[in-house]
Amino acid sequence: MKVPIISVKKIVAKYGENTVLKDVTVDIFPNEITVILGGSGCGKTTFIKNILQLYKPFSGSIKIFGEETVGLFPEEFNKILEKIGMLFQNGALLNSVNIFDNVSIPLEQHTVLPAEIIEKIIKVKLNLVNLGHVINLFPSELSGGMKKRAALARAIALDPEILFCDEPSAGLDPITSENLDNLILKLKEQLNMTIIIVTHELASIHRIANRIIFLDEGEVLFQGTLAEAKNCGIQEVEHFFEVGKFGD
Amino acid sequence: MKIIEKTLILQGEINKFTVPNLLNRWEKYTSQKLEYIDLEKVISIDSAGVAFLDVIQLKNQDSFRKLLNIPINISQTIKTFSSLEITVEAIKRERSGFIENIGNSFFKYKEAIVDISYLTTEVIFWSFVGIFNRKGQRKDSVIQQSILIGMEAIGIIGSLSLIFGLIMALQSAALLRQFGTEVFLADMIAVLMVREMGPILTAILVAGRSGSAIASEIATMKVTEEIDALKIMAIDPIRYVVVPKFNAITLCMPLLVTLSMIIGISGGLLISIFYLDLSIVTFVTRVLEVLTFSNILIALLKGVVFAWAIVIIGTYFGFKVEGGAEGVGKATTASVVASIFAVIVLDAIFSLEYLGG
Ligand SMILES: Nc1ncnc2c1ncn2[C@@H]1O[C@H](COP(=O)(O)OP(=O)(O)OP(=O)(O)O)[C@@H](O)[C@H]1O
Ligand SMILES: [Mg+2]
Repeated sequence: MKVPIISVKKIVAKYGENTVLKDVTVDIFPNEITVILGGSGCGKTTFIKNILQLYKPFSGSIKIFGEETVGLFPEEFNKILEKIGMLFQNGALLNSVNIFDNVSIPLEQHTVLPAEIIEKIIKVKLNLVNLGHVINLFPSELSGGMKKRAALARAIALDPEILFCDEPSAGLDPITSENLDNLILKLKEQLNMTIIIVTHELASIHRIANRIIFLDEGEVLFQGTLAEAKNCGIQEVEHFFEVGKFGD
Repeated sequence: MKIIEKTLILQGEINKFTVPNLLNRWEKYTSQKLEYIDLEKVISIDSAGVAFLDVIQLKNQDSFRKLLNIPINISQTIKTFSSLEITVEAIKRERSGFIENIGNSFFKYKEAIVDISYLTTEVIFWSFVGIFNRKGQRKDSVIQQSILIGMEAIGIIGSLSLIFGLIMALQSAALLRQFGTEVFLADMIAVLMVREMGPILTAILVAGRSGSAIASEIATMKVTEEIDALKIMAIDPIRYVVVPKFNAITLCMPLLVTLSMIIGISGGLLISIFYLDLSIVTFVTRVLEVLTFSNILIALLKGVVFAWAIVIIGTYFGFKVEGGAEGVGKATTASVVASIFAVIVLDAIFSLEYLGG
């Protein structure tokens, strides 16, 4: 039995009176790609934000690397965050600095690497997302999909142990999207990353997913391996894998 | 790490934590030319480690042959993260020179003046058309904007005018008393408040409150693509967003200026009653005597012209916004600074009129 790298128990998340996550309990295992599925507005982004304490859960327990993180002091939690990368749903690049500087932020903040090494790392990471040519541009000069990819380069700048990606391939063409999947597989295999991805692309899920977490109206409808998901007997889940859509 | 016969032998973990130290130690050997790097004893590597290998290879470019004994588990990693075969543009850290900046800003000003004149004609045109044809404007927007620009500014403009009236009266009262000419306090406050302080005080506050709000609203709409959305729906953004504000401010400004003048003069009245022992009747008679109808008319006209400048400048900077959210802040600041500057320059132009009299 594998030991989970992230273990979420009974979390409840609310925005005011609106309960978004009701009693969510899931495990995420090391060196696996876990895909989080669910209809728009079901709480996927909120779930990730809870784990990363960008939005604190109302109640429940979240263990990362075996350590309870709910109630941890920010300075202590920052040590955990240094081993985590996150690609935000809207990219969230800093608009006031160029792409190169955006990717350099985590490297300069969390390492003492010399400038020549940092420069090499940034060039490689941008090249891996096919953005070697926009190094000097500003985020406002990029297309939506390019921003997403630049944000991914920033998320993997430090070779994090755990990488969260909120809809990385939304807005990308099938070929770029496939390249991105290949990159994600490489990150998993060559750097032993644990990757948690929100995506709805059926093709992409088949290429990369080891494990599936299916959320529905704030509850976990299913969690297990990809193979199990396809024959789990839960109508909504099987339906999704047949047609690639939620609901009817 | 050690060097044996032109071979650098590495071991253990080569990653973002060990690389700074490795690089430091390697600097000591830089006199020796390397031909090989032996990786047999390397357990793991990350992208910082691969960058380190690249740096060493580049520094020994003339002599370097190849990496030796690459363990299978890291060979793919080296391939993925090596920068040796990629060509990307050089990194630019752009900082234009001082002279260049002056040149650029000259062209910018020229451009800005053309843009602003164009904008002014467009706003005035649509606001005139709007009197007859209300299509293409937000419903009820003039009333709503008037409340925002006018009603909500009454408190601050009123209280500041009162404080200003009191300050000016106090400063002059002592002086006038020395010469036994206390009675002229009324003339002085009335003329100052009506000709200068009323319009300019109001305009500066309106620039700070409403000019900035106009600039930031338009800039935000531009950044979040709302302006584009309006255009797609075939709605002229100037007519839809700006004209209601323009009309509202044209309506409110004379009222606000009047308010400021009356309250400022009342400040003077308070001082002359309680400090100079003048009677209300004397004060009011003198005020009414000294003020002419044209004084007041010019003051109100001034107010309207200032207000127009504020709206136009706010709109101009709003539409000029560049970049994302941080551009909104810059546009807002720029619009406030520029509109206060414009108000004071316009005021100076108006004062020329008093030279004759
Ligand atoms: N900052 C917020 N304040 C209040 N409610 C919020 C906030 N963010 C999200 N919500 C609500 O929480 C619910 C879940 O939102 P969330 O962003 O987690 O959904 P999601 O599954 O990521 O959707 P999508 O696939 O569209 O990104 C939604 O009903 C949304 O209205
Ligand atoms: Mg989301």
